[in-house]
Amino acid sequence: MPALWLGARTAGAFGGLGVNPIETLLTDSGTFSIIFLLLALSVTPLRRLTGLAPILRLRRMLGLLAFGYATAHFLIWLGVDLFFDWQLIIEDLTTRPFVMAGFAAWIILVLLAATSTRGAMTLLKRNWTRLHRLVYLAGILGVVHIVWLTRADYREATLYALALVMLLGMRLYWALRTPRKIRGEPARNGAG
Amino acid sequence: MLIRRHVRSEPRASEITPREVYLARRDFMRGGLALGAGLLLPGLVQARSGNGLNFSPGPFSTDEPKTPWEDVTTYNNFYELGTGKSDPSRNADMLRTEPWSVVVDGACANPGRYALEDFLKPHSLEERIYRLRCVEGWSMVIPWVGFELNQVLKHAEPTGSARYVAFETILDPENLPGQRRPVLQWPYTEGLRLDEAMHPLTILAVGLYGEELPNQNGAPLRLVVPWKYGFKSIKSIVRITLAEEEPPTAWNQSQPNEYGFYSNVNPDVAHPRWSQRTERRIGEFRRRRTEMFNGYGDEVADLYAGMDLKKHF
Repeated sequence: MPALWLGARTAGAFGGLGVNPIETLLTDSGTFSIIFLLLALSVTPLRRLTGLAPILRLRRMLGLLAFGYATAHFLIWLGVDLFFDWQLIIEDLTTRPFVMAGFAAWIILVLLAATSTRGAMTLLKRNWTRLHRLVYLAGILGVVHIVWLTRADYREATLYALALVMLLGMRLYWALRTPRKIRGEPARNGAG
Repeated sequence: MLIRRHVRSEPRASEITPREVYLARRDFMRGGLALGAGLLLPGLVQARSGNGLNFSPGPFSTDEPKTPWEDVTTYNNFYELGTGKSDPSRNADMLRTEPWSVVVDGACANPGRYALEDFLKPHSLEERIYRLRCVEGWSMVIPWVGFELNQVLKHAEPTGSARYVAFETILDPENLPGQRRPVLQWPYTEGLRLDEAMHPLTILAVGLYGEELPNQNGAPLRLVVPWKYGFKSIKSIVRITLAEEEPPTAWNQSQPNEYGFYSNVNPDVAHPRWSQRTERRIGEFRRRRTEMFNGYGDEVADLYAGMDLKKHF
């Protein structure tokens, strides 16, 4: 839906993309990515709070949407905003912490999307769960990316940060409360 | 025989995109949709005030294609009216510009408090078509209407110890929504060194495209310093103070390592978080190289002779 909406605006509907269309595409794709990532991260806590197991099926779809928008965001930055100006791209990637954080988050999402199939789950067995815990890091890096690029008005960034802290905090709380033996694995691996 | 001297700050004829190509590109990006958008969202299409100003053409104007009125008046940074780019035009009515007075004070022999009308009366208006480069990496070409700031300063008769000029925007948190949150220190303040303020490029603008300034562009009176990043060109000015010491400035107070007092456009000094090498001219697809002093080096480079501009950024 958001993709259709962005696409329609690129084609000129709903007032188009405004005065600076490339900036609009860049920020909106990034916004959709972090929102879907936070939604994906809220599935597990929601299931635990509500007991609704079927919503787990949404998790992969939401994660893939986050990956899709992050990829669009990355490609718009690379090919439209900077128009493959490699000198600027490399300078950004090596000297600007907010770019590095965003890029690292995207790399993680690529890894997770590539291993999101049932086949990969069977193949990786317990390592799949370990690998996919990287999504917490992707969430942190994504929010850090937004905080670091904000000029002065931190309202939006604060909203994402609060959501993330809440979602990760709930997991941490549950992990610390659950006795080790019930989970049946060493504590250092944490809870999923 | 007339020989046209090439001023370096002006683009060469070969650099100017032919008008047809320029217009076609806008069509591609969004032009054909203005009609559709106008039908869907009539409120967003900004009408000009119709308050035409009397002015004559002034020096230093570029003949680059002007950024359209709609873009200049709907894509603004004016945090008093909101931090989003379209907030200022949407909230423009919240800025009360009548009555308006301007105080000139500080280290000068002839201070005063003027009703806007009296403040403007002695000055004949000129059009100055300047490039505007925002610190965020976008730029426009804007036909301002105004007069040189040095006229005001000469009339104020600065004392021998005056070395800076400080400016202050209106403080009105009851009406200005942005001033009810501490995003910056209010009122917004800016400053120039006296020689920068006296420079003929530095103007006080009261109009845009021959019309009175819309509120979102800093009505009724704003500064325009075209070789510095846009935030130096303070809007809706109520006070001009001759100062002996470097005055505090809003963005510098907020993030001293990111926004210096000088803030001259300089492609070789990156903002700590992003490059300043390129900019997107509003309406263009590809970024273009940012020029030193925003292309006004011939006029202003002397002001900074011997200064390390990486240190005094």
